[in-house]
Amino acid sequence: MSRRYDSRTTIFSPEGRLYQVEYALEAISHAGTAIGILSTDGIVLAAERKVTSKLLEQDTSAEKLYILNDNMICAVAGMTADANILINYARQAAQRYLLTYNEDIPCEQLVRRLCDLKQGYTQHGGLRPFGVSFIYAGYDPQRQFQLYQSNPSGNYGGWKATSVGANNASAQSLLKQDYKEECDLKEACGLAVKVLSKTMDSTKLTSEKIEFATVGKTKDGKVYHHLWGADEITTLLQEHGLAKAEEEDTG
Amino acid sequence: MWECPNYTSQLHPQLRTKMEVLLGFTGKDYTIVAASKAAMRGATILKAADDKTKQLNKHTLMAFSGEAGDTVQFAEYIQANIQLYSMRNDTDLGPSAVASFVRGELARSLRSRKPYTVNLLLGGMDPITNEPHLYWLDYLASLAPLPYAAHGYAQYYCLSILDKHHHPDIDFEQGLKILKMCTDELKRRLPIDFKGMLVKVIDKDGIREIDYDMSKEVLPA
Repeated sequence: MSRRYDSRTTIFSPEGRLYQVEYALEAISHAGTAIGILSTDGIVLAAERKVTSKLLEQDTSAEKLYILNDNMICAVAGMTADANILINYARQAAQRYLLTYNEDIPCEQLVRRLCDLKQGYTQHGGLRPFGVSFIYAGYDPQRQFQLYQSNPSGNYGGWKATSVGANNASAQSLLKQDYKEECDLKEACGLAVKVLSKTMDSTKLTSEKIEFATVGKTKDGKVYHHLWGADEITTLLQEHGLAKAEEEDTG
Repeated sequence: MWECPNYTSQLHPQLRTKMEVLLGFTGKDYTIVAASKAAMRGATILKAADDKTKQLNKHTLMAFSGEAGDTVQFAEYIQANIQLYSMRNDTDLGPSAVASFVRGELARSLRSRKPYTVNLLLGGMDPITNEPHLYWLDYLASLAPLPYAAHGYAQYYCLSILDKHHHPDIDFEQGLKILKMCTDELKRRLPIDFKGMLVKVIDKDGIREIDYDMSKEVLPA
């Protein structure tokens, strides 16, 4: 029955659903987990790397965490190729705003620009929707630190802690359990690795398997974003006793 | 196709423009913007209660002078765009963002076939930091953030007074005194009657016009 309505993104099924959009959401729920946690003095994004191999060149490029702007980063779950298109679009939109107004684009505006584009592919025919969900972390002077999530339908929302990708339901309930409103960035990082270690297949993590990034403020009040290096991630894992056994032996 | 107009038969637009007075300065927690009330064409005053200002959003005011048709056209265009931004984003642009936007539009216009000949002062309060701002823009798309500024012949008389008396942290009463010194000097030395000044104040509560009496005779030099 549903076959008749499957092939077109723009046609509602008799139950009032858009199947292609739902299939896109399904594709994302198989992708590596990504989580974001808002704290009082910053935001942490963490993501699981699915493609790991001894032969793979490490550290050459981030697979799931990207910089959008001077004040914003994002985590990706879903098709990386689709994400690249959207990230390029977001970077251009952010720079265009900077050119006209000489200040950084407010976070929600950039999120909305991307979601407007995503929404277009659920309405105009012939094309498939983007198979990516994003978690955005950013800062602007009006609303300070902000965390957003968006999906292929073009919906978005602001969150205190959220997750996308495989096992996101269990990650979400772990976050709900352990999230504290008044936590600082360091505590948020701890919570992030804890949740990741429980939602990933192996309980012992390595720096090759996860990516980490933070947005915060320096002592003199300047906003920074930082994609963590392998050694920084290893240190954090050791602090929380989640590093792989051989590293614990040497350490 | 547009051709260069022959200005020899009429008063050069830049000359007439310079007789319009735009004046502004920032104080401790406010910005004052003042503009002459005369609308002129050639040697005739058409109107003696002209408002050369436009409110762009809750706390940004733009004063404009220049080529007769251009000024209002450009000001309304800017006003519409700033209001559209406020509507779309549920938040107002800050004064510095407005200034950059206006400068961009002037720069775009300057490189078109028929550029706007408009000079501007932009006064505002930053809604986040609560700091007063004043921006000076001209038809060549220059932009300068300044503590006090003027356009036209008024510059020659007012800037020297403001050089001497202006401080960034003057209160409102002191500000009005300095404004009075400026407008008295304009009355004394400008060879035309510019029909008094329209004075507006931008502070944390928004924009308001103040009663400003210039009817009193000023002693000649």
